[in-house]
Amino acid sequence: MAEARQTVERPLSPHLSIYSPLINMVMSILHRLTGGALYFGTLLLAAWLIAAAMGEAQFDFVNALFAHPIGKLILFGYTWALCHHMLGGMRHLIWDTGRGFAIWQINALSWLTIIGSVVLTLTIWAVGLMLRGGL
Amino acid sequence: MAYRTPLARVRGLGSAKEGAEHFWRQRLTAVANIFLISFLVWLLLTLAGADYATVKRTLGKPHIAIPLLLLVLSGLVHMRLGMQTIIEDYVHSEGRKVAALMLNSFFAFVVGLVCVFAVLKLSFGA
Repeated sequence: MAEARQTVERPLSPHLSIYSPLINMVMSILHRLTGGALYFGTLLLAAWLIAAAMGEAQFDFVNALFAHPIGKLILFGYTWALCHHMLGGMRHLIWDTGRGFAIWQINALSWLTIIGSVVLTLTIWAVGLMLRGGL
Repeated sequence: MAYRTPLARVRGLGSAKEGAEHFWRQRLTAVANIFLISFLVWLLLTLAGADYATVKRTLGKPHIAIPLLLLVLSGLVHMRLGMQTIIEDYVHSEGRKVAALMLNSFFAFVVGLVCVFAVLKLSFGA
């Protein structure tokens, strides 16, 4: 049995580390990362809703946490993750129909996802700040 | 054994113990979420800087509470399926995988129930 345990340097199939990043690959990774972030981000919505249901003191406390610079940064990131995951999801829905698989289309859809997510996030926050009247 | 079809032999043996159901529900809730998340963004923008009384009154209105409940339902189903895929991809030991899948379901149900309870209390409660 001892010789059966000899370690052999077997070749491994190439993994992420061996490829230079391509835009569709980066978008794919970001889609999963934003999905994971949104998963835990639902705690923010749950906290806000349950605080509103509990009373004014609890609601003001949660709102104060969200208004803190770190809270704002998390909400901003959450907004971006939401936009990115939604646009990425739309890209996948297009692909589900069997369309959009030419290389240029894949690249175009991927760039639209990242650019669109940033534009959408900034727009939402700009509208929010305008409605609120400043930070 | 010879009379069993190949499908009957493999049914239920996949890592997720199910087939196209997962894919379909993921897509169904994805499409629903496009509309429901757009609604949430609109709602939060209209409530930006609003005081407690306004928020409480708004969230209790049927035309706000019902889409909000739909969002919680659709969103939680969607994220539970997504996390299930991530777990199946990265957790290879069977015991840890089953534990993670259970935690995934617990998390989704608890968060979902907290949200639903909150919205219903705002709608019906004091």
